[in-house]
Amino acid sequence: MYGKGILKGLSVTWKRFWDTYTDDISWMLRGKKRYNSDEGIRHRSSKDTKGIFTVQYPEEQLIVPEEFRYVPFLVYDEGADGKKEVRCTSCGICAKVCPPQCIWIVRTNDPSTGRPVPVPTDFFVDMDICMNCGFCAEYCPFDAIKMDHDFDIASYQRNVYNLEKLMKPASYYAGIRPENYTREEEARKAKEAAKAAKAEANAAAA
Amino acid sequence: MATPVLTQTVDLAARFPGKVSADARPGYAGIIVNKENLVEVATAVRDEFGFDLLTAVTGVDYIAENKMEVVYHAYKTTGGAGLVFRVQVERVDPIEVPSLINIWPGVDFQEREAWDLYGIKFTGHPDLRRILMWEGFEGHPLRKDWKEPFFEEEVKPFKSRWPDGQHTFAENKNPFRDNLNFPKDFDPEKYVVDKEEDLYMSLERDTTKDVEGNMKTDHIVVNMGPHHPSTHGVLRVAVQLDGETIIGLKPVMGYLHRNHDKIGERNTYLQNIPYTDRLDYFNSMSNNFGYVTTVEKLMKIPVAERAEYIRVIMAELSRIQNHLIFIGMLMNDLGTMYTPSLYAFEERELVLDIFEAVSGARMMCNYFRFGGVVRDIPDFAMQKIKDLVFERLPAKTDEMERFLNENEILVARLKGIHVLNAEDAIKYSVTGPVLRATGVPYDLRRADPYSIYDRFDFDVAVRQNGDMMDNYLIRFDEIRQSLRILEQAIKQIPQGPINSQKAAYQVRVPAGEAYGRIESPKGELAFYIVSNGKPNAYRYHVRPASFVNLTAVESMCKGSKIADFVALLAMLDIVMGELDR
Ligand code: SF4
Ligand code: SF4
Repeated sequence: MYGKGILKGLSVTWKRFWDTYTDDISWMLRGKKRYNSDEGIRHRSSKDTKGIFTVQYPEEQLIVPEEFRYVPFLVYDEGADGKKEVRCTSCGICAKVCPPQCIWIVRTNDPSTGRPVPVPTDFFVDMDICMNCGFCAEYCPFDAIKMDHDFDIASYQRNVYNLEKLMKPASYYAGIRPENYTREEEARKAKEAAKAAKAEANAAAA
Repeated sequence: MATPVLTQTVDLAARFPGKVSADARPGYAGIIVNKENLVEVATAVRDEFGFDLLTAVTGVDYIAENKMEVVYHAYKTTGGAGLVFRVQVERVDPIEVPSLINIWPGVDFQEREAWDLYGIKFTGHPDLRRILMWEGFEGHPLRKDWKEPFFEEEVKPFKSRWPDGQHTFAENKNPFRDNLNFPKDFDPEKYVVDKEEDLYMSLERDTTKDVEGNMKTDHIVVNMGPHHPSTHGVLRVAVQLDGETIIGLKPVMGYLHRNHDKIGERNTYLQNIPYTDRLDYFNSMSNNFGYVTTVEKLMKIPVAERAEYIRVIMAELSRIQNHLIFIGMLMNDLGTMYTPSLYAFEERELVLDIFEAVSGARMMCNYFRFGGVVRDIPDFAMQKIKDLVFERLPAKTDEMERFLNENEILVARLKGIHVLNAEDAIKYSVTGPVLRATGVPYDLRRADPYSIYDRFDFDVAVRQNGDMMDNYLIRFDEIRQSLRILEQAIKQIPQGPINSQKAAYQVRVPAGEAYGRIESPKGELAFYIVSNGKPNAYRYHVRPASFVNLTAVESMCKGSKIADFVALLAMLDIVMGELDR
């Protein structure tokens, strides 16, 4: 029969259309929020999703996974009396590995000796050029530069971030990437403990 | 299950004494053919030795040796290893190499590309115009002595970034208007019409002539694109029409050209991985795969076992979402606006969720590293992969088939339209699903297995008619086969490290050349890399499936209606990021 294939196809469309109501209603009957709630958004990107699929940005936002990366930021530790201790040593690895070459670092020189000190005077990332590849965070040996989750950075001007604007506290980092943070802290503690043990052994030997 | 590899030694030196010589450079393979004998040898390569598929034509500029080289990679559609042959000519203009267009018409665009970017003249090529750069462009940008106006340094990393890197905007150093090199007597007022002529002339030349005795009709030229919803980006097609019938057609491309090859030669090997994401931006996982496989070949390093499986899982997921989108986009072009494509996008979103969880980005994944991958698949993502592969995707594929396959309008639009026969497809170096729809079971995962594909049990999807309908249906077959591979990969994946190498931001790549190819969702994606032992590639070339497959378009649509051409473009599954590079 001519038209049978069309009808068969339409039955799929019809079912999909119907689902947009039934799914909403079933959520309502269960007294749960399908929209504007984490649970609802998670459901919409699960294997069982049916019915309305769209996440209404900006009212709703997708829940990004831990590894999500956008632009980089510099991590600082909060020292005593609120001093910002930036972890970066201005070693330059991130600037060398960055594929579009959008990291610019000014190293600090000790004015009396002229020798470099391991803190950057300034640090620029040209966010318009950054391709969000994550290499800087991946290859930084000091866990000093990390990828941010905040993707709402559209603006009317060019975005060149300087050291001031790039710095975010370690607690923020721990908040967006808890697993990575814990892993790194453990590694760091283990390393420090090993160092301390070695120093002790040396002291005992001497 | 291992694939038997045909072993037949090809001894060209014995067949052509004095005309060819072995390539003695360390790290190189294949033979060097004298320029005068190229056509003769190439004919024998095809007819006597059976290498019917010429996949790549690559120019290389050896400036230190004062040589230009053209490298040819020929393969057999029955599978097995390939044959590399090359010609070397003095690097003095005019650089001339005989064209192989009469032996393999598929070299058409690739020879034009080598002319455009290297200035190698292919004598005998009927339509040797620039292809990626515009007519009137000054110089040949891939030559080693060519420098762009924004030129900063030969290779990255640039010295101005560290240790005293004050940020500057590139355009401040290169004010507007000065960021292009024009030929000396260039006048922008006169430019536009000037060289367009060439295109229309070539269109005229290749037009099918009016049949004797028929009514005399006027022909009109229609320029479709570069801004046309059906061209999937900024592709322009100049079509010569007789009524509604296409009698001549020339694709015009390069609007998205950014000289990916040159950027790749500036980058260190590692830096180039994220750039490959931007080739076929629907399948960054596959692009990564192709690139790292090629570099690993050069580096001669193993890949961690678990990483091999992860790679296969990602590549096959990528194939599935690509084919779903393909179906959606084909429907869009046929006029079934958006309903099927949005259904397809739902599944794609779910696959992209997985990519995001493992790599951090949905589209520009940058997930592969030399020797493995960046990080392991987190547990929740693995669970999601299982959910999709074992439950959702098979059901949704069925639903999609139920939704569309028997639709009478769809069948009428696709069945028997744009038939491509196997012989022509091979001649035009067409690869991927388009080739397999013509009845040639040529799939690199079987024909020239890479990674661990020889461990999986799957069939090469193949259809017999070569028309649009088969091209459409074969995508479903491939999704099913990919699901089969995924099921096995998920079951077999071992625990273990995910990289065989230590993480390093610079890798050592020994001197030599490598040609690595993978079966990307769109066809053969190959990379040709020449290393001279430095941290940056000496020559980096991408052989994208979209670009080469498009070579066949002209012969495929002559005599058919313009409305069907829109569908044909969708069917070739081109993506401009890869086509224009
Ligand atoms: S962010 Fe890390 S890699 Fe970059 S300069 Fe600072 S310490 Fe070195
Ligand atoms: S994310 Fe990539 S492109 Fe962006 S600053 Fe880091 S290395 Fe450079």
